[in-house]
Amino acid sequence: MAEFRMPSLGADMVAGTLVEWLRRPGDRVRRGDIVAVVETQKGAIEIEIFQDGVIERLLVEVGTTVPVGTPLALVSGIGVGAPAAPTPPPLRPEAVVQAPAPRVPIPGPQVGRPLASPAARRIAQQFGVDLRALRGTGPGGAIVSADVEQAAKAPRRFDPAEMRRAIGAAMARSKREIPHYYLSTTIDITVAQRWMEARNAERPPPQRLLLAAPLLKAVALALRGSPELNGYHGERGFEPSPAIHIGVAIAIRGGGLMAPAIHDVDKLGVDELMAKLRDLGMRARSGGLRSSELSDSTITVTNIGERGVEAVFGIIYPPQVALVGLGKPMERPAVIEGKVLPRRTIVATLSADHRASDGHRGALFLAEMDRLLQAPEQL
Amino acid sequence: MTREEVRGLIVETLGNIAPEADASTLDPKADIRESLDIDSLDFLNFVIAVHERLRIDIPEVDYPRLFTLDGAIDYLMQKAAPPK
Repeated sequence: MAEFRMPSLGADMVAGTLVEWLRRPGDRVRRGDIVAVVETQKGAIEIEIFQDGVIERLLVEVGTTVPVGTPLALVSGIGVGAPAAPTPPPLRPEAVVQAPAPRVPIPGPQVGRPLASPAARRIAQQFGVDLRALRGTGPGGAIVSADVEQAAKAPRRFDPAEMRRAIGAAMARSKREIPHYYLSTTIDITVAQRWMEARNAERPPPQRLLLAAPLLKAVALALRGSPELNGYHGERGFEPSPAIHIGVAIAIRGGGLMAPAIHDVDKLGVDELMAKLRDLGMRARSGGLRSSELSDSTITVTNIGERGVEAVFGIIYPPQVALVGLGKPMERPAVIEGKVLPRRTIVATLSADHRASDGHRGALFLAEMDRLLQAPEQL
Repeated sequence: MTREEVRGLIVETLGNIAPEADASTLDPKADIRESLDIDSLDFLNFVIAVHERLRIDIPEVDYPRLFTLDGAIDYLMQKAAPPK
Protein backbone atom coordinates (compact mmCIF):
# COMPACT_ATOMS: atom_id res chain seq x y z
CA MET A 1 0.00 0.00 0.00
CA ALA A 2 1.37 3.39 -0.96
CA GLU A 3 0.38 6.89 0.03
CA PHE A 4 -0.56 9.46 -2.54
CA ARG A 5 0.58 12.75 -0.99
CA MET A 6 0.00 16.45 -1.43
CA PRO A 7 2.81 17.24 -3.85
CA SER A 8 5.18 20.15 -3.54
CA LEU A 9 4.48 22.29 -6.57
CA GLY A 10 7.59 24.36 -6.12
CA ALA A 11 9.73 25.64 -3.30
CA ASP A 12 7.27 28.43 -2.59
CA MET A 13 4.33 26.12 -1.88
CA VAL A 14 3.66 25.06 1.68
CA ALA A 15 0.06 23.87 1.56
CA GLY A 16 -2.78 23.19 -0.86
CA THR A 17 -6.56 22.89 -0.70
CA LEU A 18 -8.16 19.80 -2.17
CA VAL A 19 -11.01 21.04 -4.37
CA GLU A 20 -12.00 17.95 -6.33
CA TRP A 21 -11.43 14.21 -6.37
CA LEU A 22 -11.54 12.91 -9.94
CA ARG A 23 -11.18 9.25 -8.90
CA ARG A 24 -13.05 7.21 -6.32
CA PRO A 25 -12.05 4.29 -4.14
CA GLY A 26 -11.86 1.15 -6.27
CA ASP A 27 -10.77 3.04 -9.39
CA ARG A 28 -7.77 1.73 -11.20
CA VAL A 29 -5.21 4.43 -11.94
CA ARG A 30 -2.20 4.59 -14.16
CA ARG A 31 0.95 6.60 -13.74
CA GLY A 32 0.31 10.10 -15.11
CA ASP A 33 -3.48 10.03 -14.56
CA ILE A 34 -4.99 13.15 -13.06
CA VAL A 35 -6.65 12.09 -9.82
CA ALA A 36 -7.38 15.34 -8.02
CA VAL A 37 -7.50 19.09 -8.36
CA VAL A 38 -5.73 21.22 -5.77
CA GLU A 39 -6.05 24.97 -5.25
CA THR A 40 -2.76 26.73 -4.53
CA GLN A 41 -1.53 30.30 -4.64
CA LYS A 42 -0.92 29.55 -8.31
CA GLY A 43 -4.50 28.68 -9.06
CA ALA A 44 -6.15 25.30 -9.54
CA ILE A 45 -3.62 22.61 -10.42
CA GLU A 46 -4.37 19.13 -11.76
CA ILE A 47 -2.54 16.56 -9.66
CA GLU A 48 -1.13 13.48 -11.35
CA ILE A 49 -0.35 10.17 -9.72
CA PHE A 50 3.11 8.66 -10.15
CA GLN A 51 2.36 4.97 -9.94
CA ASP A 52 -0.05 2.38 -11.27
CA GLY A 53 -2.51 0.96 -8.76
CA VAL A 54 -5.99 1.00 -7.32
CA ILE A 55 -7.34 3.81 -5.16
CA GLU A 56 -8.15 2.15 -1.83
CA ARG A 57 -9.24 5.03 0.33
CA LEU A 58 -9.46 8.81 0.17
CA LEU A 59 -7.93 10.35 3.29
CA VAL A 60 -8.64 14.02 2.80
CA GLU A 61 -12.03 15.53 2.22
CA VAL A 62 -12.75 18.10 -0.41
CA GLY A 63 -12.35 21.60 1.00
CA THR A 64 -9.52 20.70 3.35
CA THR A 65 -6.21 22.57 3.32
CA VAL A 66 -3.24 20.38 4.16
CA PRO A 67 0.55 20.89 4.18
CA VAL A 68 2.76 19.53 1.42
CA GLY A 69 3.54 15.85 2.05
CA THR A 70 0.23 15.01 3.75
CA PRO A 71 -1.17 11.63 2.56
CA LEU A 72 -4.27 12.30 0.44
CA ALA A 73 -5.18 8.73 -0.48
CA LEU A 74 -4.05 5.12 -0.11
CA VAL A 75 -3.14 3.33 -3.29
CA SER A 76 -2.48 -0.38 -3.58
CA GLY A 77 0.03 -1.40 -6.20
CA ILE A 78 -0.73 -3.81 -9.00
CA GLY A 79 2.44 -5.37 -10.25
CA VAL A 80 5.52 -3.23 -10.50
CA GLY A 81 4.81 0.12 -12.07
CA ALA A 82 7.30 2.19 -13.95
CA PRO A 83 9.98 3.59 -11.68
CA ALA A 84 8.99 6.95 -10.29
CA ALA A 85 10.20 9.93 -12.23
CA PRO A 86 13.07 11.74 -10.55
CA THR A 87 11.30 14.30 -8.43
CA PRO A 88 12.82 17.09 -6.42
CA PRO A 89 13.39 16.30 -2.74
CA PRO A 90 10.49 17.43 -0.57
CA LEU A 91 10.63 20.66 1.36
CA ARG A 92 11.90 20.44 4.88
CA PRO A 93 9.29 20.30 7.61
CA GLU A 94 10.43 23.67 8.99
CA ALA A 95 9.13 25.33 5.87
CA VAL A 96 5.73 23.78 6.44
CA VAL A 97 5.65 25.07 10.01
CA GLN A 98 5.95 28.59 8.62
CA ALA A 99 2.90 28.01 6.46
CA PRO A 100 0.60 30.97 6.07
CA ALA A 101 -2.78 30.49 7.70
CA PRO A 102 -4.78 28.00 5.66
CA ARG A 103 -7.61 29.30 3.58
CA VAL A 104 -11.13 28.95 4.86
CA PRO A 105 -12.22 25.51 3.71
CA ILE A 106 -14.72 25.45 0.90
CA PRO A 107 -17.95 23.83 2.07
CA GLY A 108 -18.37 20.49 0.32
CA PRO A 109 -19.95 17.66 2.23
CA GLN A 110 -19.90 14.81 -0.26
CA VAL A 111 -16.81 13.27 -1.79
CA GLY A 112 -16.82 12.74 -5.53
CA ARG A 113 -17.60 14.77 -8.58
CA PRO A 114 -20.38 17.31 -8.43
CA LEU A 115 -23.11 16.82 -11.00
CA ALA A 116 -22.06 18.96 -13.95
CA SER A 117 -22.26 18.89 -17.73
CA PRO A 118 -19.04 18.12 -19.62
CA ALA A 119 -19.12 21.62 -21.14
CA ALA A 120 -19.46 23.17 -17.69
CA ARG A 121 -16.55 21.10 -16.47
CA ARG A 122 -14.39 22.21 -19.38
CA ILE A 123 -15.20 25.89 -18.87
CA ALA A 124 -14.67 25.53 -15.12
CA GLN A 125 -11.23 24.13 -15.77
CA GLN A 126 -10.44 26.86 -18.24
CA PHE A 127 -11.34 29.61 -15.81
CA GLY A 128 -10.26 27.88 -12.62
CA VAL A 129 -13.79 27.85 -11.21
CA ASP A 130 -14.48 25.46 -8.33
CA LEU A 131 -17.53 23.45 -9.37
CA ARG A 132 -18.15 22.47 -5.78
CA ALA A 133 -18.85 26.04 -4.79
CA LEU A 134 -21.60 26.39 -7.40
CA ARG A 135 -25.32 25.80 -7.25
CA GLY A 136 -26.49 24.14 -10.47
CA THR A 137 -29.54 25.37 -12.38
CA GLY A 138 -29.67 22.42 -14.80
CA PRO A 139 -31.73 19.22 -14.61
CA GLY A 140 -31.53 17.63 -11.16
CA GLY A 141 -29.46 20.57 -9.91
CA ALA A 142 -26.68 19.82 -12.39
CA ILE A 143 -24.17 22.58 -13.02
CA VAL A 144 -24.43 23.83 -16.59
CA SER A 145 -22.20 26.14 -18.66
CA ALA A 146 -24.17 29.25 -17.73
CA ASP A 147 -23.59 28.63 -14.01
CA VAL A 148 -19.86 28.41 -14.53
CA GLU A 149 -19.74 31.45 -16.79
CA GLN A 150 -21.57 33.40 -14.12
CA ALA A 151 -19.07 32.28 -11.49
CA ALA A 152 -16.10 32.99 -13.75
CA LYS A 153 -17.09 36.66 -13.77
CA ALA A 154 -16.73 36.83 -10.01
CA PRO A 155 -13.28 37.92 -8.84
CA ARG A 156 -10.84 35.02 -8.54
CA ARG A 157 -9.70 33.92 -5.15
CA PHE A 158 -6.15 35.05 -5.64
CA ASP A 159 -4.32 36.65 -2.79
CA PRO A 160 -1.27 38.61 -3.98
CA ALA A 161 -0.09 39.10 -0.39
CA GLU A 162 -0.06 35.35 0.19
CA MET A 163 1.88 34.73 -2.99
CA ARG A 164 4.35 37.48 -2.10
CA ARG A 165 4.93 35.85 1.28
CA ALA A 166 5.47 32.45 -0.34
CA ILE A 167 7.92 33.84 -2.91
CA GLY A 168 9.74 35.69 -0.14
CA ALA A 169 10.07 32.52 1.94
CA ALA A 170 11.39 30.47 -0.99
CA MET A 171 13.85 33.14 -2.10
CA ALA A 172 15.12 33.75 1.46
CA ARG A 173 15.72 30.02 1.76
CA SER A 174 17.59 30.05 -1.55
CA LYS A 175 19.82 32.95 -0.50
CA ARG A 176 20.42 31.38 2.92
CA GLU A 177 21.35 27.92 1.65
CA ILE A 178 22.69 28.28 -1.87
CA PRO A 179 26.13 29.81 -2.43
CA HIS A 180 25.34 31.61 -5.66
CA TYR A 181 27.87 32.73 -8.22
CA TYR A 182 26.95 34.96 -11.16
CA LEU A 183 28.23 35.23 -14.71
CA SER A 184 27.18 37.47 -17.56
CA THR A 185 27.90 37.61 -21.27
CA THR A 186 26.66 39.59 -24.27
CA ILE A 187 25.50 37.35 -27.12
CA ASP A 188 25.18 38.58 -30.69
CA ILE A 189 21.75 37.43 -31.87
CA THR A 190 21.71 39.28 -35.20
CA VAL A 191 21.89 36.04 -37.15
CA ALA A 192 19.23 34.35 -35.01
CA GLN A 193 16.93 37.37 -35.30
CA ARG A 194 17.26 37.49 -39.12
CA TRP A 195 16.74 33.76 -39.40
CA MET A 196 13.58 34.02 -37.32
CA GLU A 197 12.22 37.04 -39.20
CA ALA A 198 12.76 35.31 -42.54
CA ARG A 199 10.87 32.24 -41.33
CA ASN A 200 8.08 34.27 -39.80
CA ALA A 201 7.62 36.29 -43.00
CA GLU A 202 6.54 33.10 -44.77
CA ARG A 203 4.17 31.92 -42.07
CA PRO A 204 0.74 32.88 -40.75
CA PRO A 205 0.71 34.25 -37.19
CA PRO A 206 -0.14 30.96 -35.42
CA GLN A 207 3.05 29.40 -36.77
CA ARG A 208 5.41 32.25 -36.02
CA LEU A 209 8.25 32.05 -33.56
CA LEU A 210 9.24 34.36 -30.76
CA LEU A 211 12.91 34.76 -29.93
CA ALA A 212 12.25 32.86 -26.70
CA ALA A 213 11.96 29.59 -28.66
CA PRO A 214 15.48 29.51 -30.17
CA LEU A 215 16.88 30.93 -26.92
CA LEU A 216 15.32 28.16 -24.81
CA LYS A 217 16.46 25.53 -27.27
CA ALA A 218 20.02 26.87 -27.10
CA VAL A 219 19.90 26.74 -23.29
CA ALA A 220 18.72 23.12 -23.41
CA LEU A 221 21.34 21.98 -25.92
CA ALA A 222 24.12 23.78 -24.05
CA LEU A 223 23.03 22.04 -20.84
CA ARG A 224 23.78 18.66 -22.38
CA GLY A 225 27.47 19.50 -22.07
CA SER A 226 27.07 20.98 -18.57
CA PRO A 227 25.16 18.46 -16.44
CA GLU A 228 26.46 20.22 -13.28
CA LEU A 229 23.91 22.96 -13.95
CA ASN A 230 20.86 20.73 -14.52
CA GLY A 231 19.24 18.80 -11.67
CA TYR A 232 18.49 19.02 -7.97
CA HIS A 233 20.39 19.56 -4.77
CA GLY A 234 18.94 17.24 -2.14
CA GLU A 235 19.84 15.36 1.02
CA ARG A 236 22.62 13.51 -0.76
CA GLY A 237 24.06 16.57 -2.42
CA PHE A 238 23.74 17.38 -6.10
CA GLU A 239 22.03 14.92 -8.39
CA PRO A 240 22.22 15.72 -12.09
CA SER A 241 19.09 15.05 -14.13
CA PRO A 242 19.32 13.17 -17.42
CA ALA A 243 16.18 14.97 -18.59
CA ILE A 244 16.21 18.69 -19.33
CA HIS A 245 12.97 20.26 -18.07
CA ILE A 246 13.11 24.03 -18.26
CA GLY A 247 10.94 26.06 -15.88
CA VAL A 248 9.86 29.17 -17.71
CA ALA A 249 9.25 32.13 -15.41
CA ILE A 250 5.87 33.67 -16.23
CA ALA A 251 4.64 36.85 -14.56
CA ILE A 252 1.16 36.52 -13.16
CA ARG A 253 -1.19 39.41 -13.81
CA GLY A 254 -1.89 41.14 -10.53
CA GLY A 255 1.52 40.25 -9.11
CA GLY A 256 3.72 37.27 -8.46
CA LEU A 257 5.19 34.70 -10.76
CA MET A 258 5.31 31.00 -11.51
CA ALA A 259 7.73 28.87 -13.49
CA PRO A 260 5.95 25.88 -15.04
CA ALA A 261 8.16 23.41 -16.91
CA ILE A 262 8.45 22.55 -20.55
CA HIS A 263 9.63 18.95 -20.57
CA ASP A 264 12.58 17.55 -22.55
CA VAL A 265 13.31 20.85 -24.24
CA ASP A 266 16.53 19.52 -25.78
CA LYS A 267 14.49 16.98 -27.76
CA LEU A 268 11.89 19.42 -29.12
CA GLY A 269 12.10 21.18 -32.46
CA VAL A 270 11.82 24.99 -32.21
CA ASP A 271 8.30 24.97 -33.68
CA GLU A 272 7.16 22.36 -31.18
CA LEU A 273 8.83 24.32 -28.43
CA MET A 274 7.07 27.52 -29.50
CA ALA A 275 3.70 25.73 -29.46
CA LYS A 276 4.39 24.47 -25.94
CA LEU A 277 5.43 27.92 -24.82
CA ARG A 278 2.18 29.44 -26.09
CA ASP A 279 0.13 26.69 -24.50
CA LEU A 280 1.94 27.07 -21.19
CA GLY A 281 1.50 30.83 -21.20
CA MET A 282 -2.23 30.46 -21.71
CA ARG A 283 -2.68 27.79 -19.06
CA ALA A 284 -0.56 29.69 -16.55
CA ARG A 285 -3.01 32.57 -16.91
CA SER A 286 -6.27 30.65 -17.08
CA GLY A 287 -5.64 27.53 -14.99
CA GLY A 288 -5.16 23.92 -16.03
CA LEU A 289 -1.49 23.46 -15.18
CA ARG A 290 -0.47 19.98 -14.12
CA SER A 291 1.36 19.09 -10.95
CA SER A 292 4.34 17.66 -12.81
CA GLU A 293 4.78 20.93 -14.68
CA LEU A 294 5.13 22.80 -11.40
CA SER A 295 7.40 20.40 -9.60
CA ASP A 296 9.94 18.86 -11.94
CA SER A 297 11.86 21.71 -13.57
CA THR A 298 15.57 20.93 -13.59
CA ILE A 299 16.59 24.55 -14.27
CA THR A 300 14.73 27.85 -14.66
CA VAL A 301 14.97 30.46 -17.40
CA THR A 302 13.73 33.98 -16.80
CA ASN A 303 13.27 36.03 -19.92
CA ILE A 304 12.84 39.73 -19.26
CA GLY A 305 11.36 40.38 -22.70
CA GLU A 306 11.21 43.25 -25.14
CA ARG A 307 10.03 45.90 -22.74
CA GLY A 308 12.48 45.00 -20.00
CA VAL A 309 16.02 45.94 -19.08
CA GLU A 310 19.47 44.89 -20.26
CA ALA A 311 20.18 42.11 -17.81
CA VAL A 312 18.57 40.05 -15.06
CA PHE A 313 20.44 38.17 -12.34
CA GLY A 314 18.05 35.66 -10.88
CA ILE A 315 17.82 33.84 -7.58
CA ILE A 316 18.01 30.07 -7.93
CA TYR A 317 14.73 28.26 -7.32
CA PRO A 318 15.49 25.45 -4.85
CA PRO A 319 16.14 22.57 -5.16
CA GLN A 320 17.45 23.51 -8.61
CA VAL A 321 21.07 24.57 -8.98
CA ALA A 322 21.03 27.13 -11.76
CA LEU A 323 18.99 29.89 -13.34
CA VAL A 324 19.55 31.52 -16.72
CA GLY A 325 18.52 35.16 -17.14
CA LEU A 326 17.87 36.65 -20.56
CA GLY A 327 17.73 40.44 -20.92
CA LYS A 328 16.01 42.64 -23.44
CA PRO A 329 17.24 42.28 -27.05
CA MET A 330 18.98 45.55 -27.94
CA GLU A 331 20.93 47.17 -30.76
CA ARG A 332 24.47 47.74 -29.54
CA PRO A 333 27.71 48.78 -31.24
CA ALA A 334 30.02 45.83 -31.74
CA VAL A 335 33.54 45.66 -33.12
CA ILE A 336 33.75 43.13 -35.94
CA GLU A 337 37.00 42.83 -37.92
CA GLY A 338 38.12 46.28 -36.83
CA LYS A 339 34.82 47.99 -37.69
CA VAL A 340 32.16 49.26 -35.34
CA LEU A 341 28.82 47.89 -36.46
CA PRO A 342 25.31 47.96 -35.00
CA ARG A 343 24.37 44.45 -33.89
CA ARG A 344 21.35 42.98 -32.16
CA THR A 345 22.50 41.58 -28.84
CA ILE A 346 21.17 40.07 -25.67
CA VAL A 347 22.78 39.80 -22.25
CA ALA A 348 22.61 36.23 -20.96
CA THR A 349 23.38 35.66 -17.30
CA LEU A 350 23.83 32.56 -15.20
CA SER A 351 23.19 32.25 -11.49
CA ALA A 352 24.56 28.91 -10.34
CA ASP A 353 25.09 26.92 -7.15
CA HIS A 354 28.75 26.64 -6.10
CA ARG A 355 27.98 23.32 -4.37
CA ALA A 356 27.35 21.81 -7.81
CA SER A 357 29.67 23.71 -10.17
CA ASP A 358 32.34 26.38 -10.52
CA GLY A 359 32.48 29.53 -12.57
CA HIS A 360 34.61 27.79 -15.16
CA ARG A 361 31.79 25.36 -15.93
CA GLY A 362 29.26 28.19 -15.99
CA ALA A 363 31.43 30.14 -18.44
CA LEU A 364 31.71 27.14 -20.76
CA PHE A 365 27.93 26.80 -20.67
CA LEU A 366 27.27 30.45 -21.62
CA ALA A 367 29.93 30.29 -24.35
CA GLU A 368 28.26 27.17 -25.75
CA MET A 369 24.89 28.94 -25.77
CA ASP A 370 26.48 31.77 -27.74
CA ARG A 371 28.02 29.33 -30.21
CA LEU A 372 24.70 27.52 -30.76
CA LEU A 373 22.83 30.77 -31.40
CA GLN A 374 25.19 31.62 -34.27
CA ALA A 375 23.74 28.68 -36.23
CA PRO A 376 20.01 29.00 -35.45
CA GLU A 377 18.96 26.77 -38.36
CA GLN A 378 20.60 23.85 -36.55
CA LEU A 379 18.69 24.35 -33.32
CA MET B 1 -16.87 46.82 -40.98
CA THR B 2 -17.33 50.16 -39.33
CA ARG B 3 -14.65 51.80 -37.24
CA GLU B 4 -16.72 51.16 -34.14
CA GLU B 5 -17.03 47.44 -34.97
CA VAL B 6 -13.28 47.11 -35.49
CA ARG B 7 -12.68 48.93 -32.21
CA GLY B 8 -15.10 46.58 -30.43
CA LEU B 9 -13.35 43.54 -31.86
CA ILE B 10 -9.93 44.77 -30.78
CA VAL B 11 -11.11 45.65 -27.28
CA GLU B 12 -12.82 42.28 -26.88
CA THR B 13 -9.70 40.43 -28.06
CA LEU B 14 -7.49 42.40 -25.69
CA GLY B 15 -9.96 41.69 -22.89
CA ASN B 16 -9.45 37.96 -23.41
CA ILE B 17 -5.70 38.41 -23.07
CA ALA B 18 -5.68 40.89 -20.18
CA PRO B 19 -8.98 40.11 -18.41
CA GLU B 20 -8.45 42.29 -15.38
CA ALA B 21 -7.31 45.32 -17.38
CA ASP B 22 -10.09 47.59 -18.55
CA ALA B 23 -9.56 47.61 -22.29
CA SER B 24 -12.72 49.65 -22.86
CA THR B 25 -11.18 52.78 -21.31
CA LEU B 26 -7.90 52.56 -23.22
CA ASP B 27 -6.18 55.75 -24.28
CA PRO B 28 -6.39 55.38 -28.08
CA LYS B 29 -2.90 56.81 -28.54
CA ALA B 30 -1.12 54.90 -25.78
CA ASP B 31 1.05 51.84 -26.40
CA ILE B 32 -1.21 48.92 -25.44
CA ARG B 33 1.84 46.87 -24.47
CA GLU B 34 2.53 49.42 -21.75
CA SER B 35 -0.99 50.27 -20.69
CA LEU B 36 -2.18 46.65 -20.52
CA ASP B 37 1.19 45.15 -19.49
CA ILE B 38 1.27 42.86 -22.50
CA ASP B 39 4.41 40.84 -23.21
CA SER B 40 5.55 39.48 -26.56
CA LEU B 41 3.68 36.20 -26.05
CA ASP B 42 0.46 38.07 -25.24
CA PHE B 43 0.99 40.30 -28.26
CA LEU B 44 1.47 37.30 -30.53
CA ASN B 45 -1.76 35.81 -29.15
CA PHE B 46 -3.49 39.12 -29.88
CA VAL B 47 -2.25 39.09 -33.49
CA ILE B 48 -3.30 35.45 -33.89
CA ALA B 49 -6.79 36.16 -32.54
CA VAL B 50 -7.28 39.16 -34.84
CA HIS B 51 -5.86 37.20 -37.77
CA GLU B 52 -8.30 34.37 -37.17
CA ARG B 53 -11.35 36.56 -36.67
CA LEU B 54 -10.81 38.89 -39.61
CA ARG B 55 -9.03 36.37 -41.81
CA ILE B 56 -6.39 38.86 -42.83
CA ASP B 57 -2.65 38.49 -43.01
CA ILE B 58 -0.67 40.59 -40.54
CA PRO B 59 3.04 40.40 -41.46
CA GLU B 60 5.46 40.66 -38.58
CA VAL B 61 6.95 43.86 -40.00
CA ASP B 62 3.54 45.50 -39.54
CA TYR B 63 3.31 44.69 -35.81
CA PRO B 64 4.40 48.21 -34.73
CA ARG B 65 1.27 49.60 -36.46
CA LEU B 66 -0.82 47.63 -33.95
CA PHE B 67 0.88 49.01 -30.86
CA THR B 68 -1.79 51.68 -30.24
CA LEU B 69 -5.56 51.27 -30.37
CA ASP B 70 -5.95 54.02 -33.00
CA GLY B 71 -3.10 52.58 -35.06
CA ALA B 72 -4.59 49.11 -34.91
CA ILE B 73 -8.04 50.35 -35.97
CA ASP B 74 -6.57 52.26 -38.93
CA TYR B 75 -4.45 49.30 -39.98
CA LEU B 76 -7.21 46.71 -39.73
CA MET B 77 -9.79 48.96 -41.46
CA GLN B 78 -7.38 49.35 -44.35
CA LYS B 79 -6.56 45.63 -44.48
CA ALA B 80 -10.15 44.47 -44.14
CA ALA B 81 -11.51 46.86 -46.79
CA PRO B 82 -12.52 45.14 -50.05
CA PRO B 83 -10.06 45.92 -52.88
CA LYS B 84 -11.24 48.80 -55.07
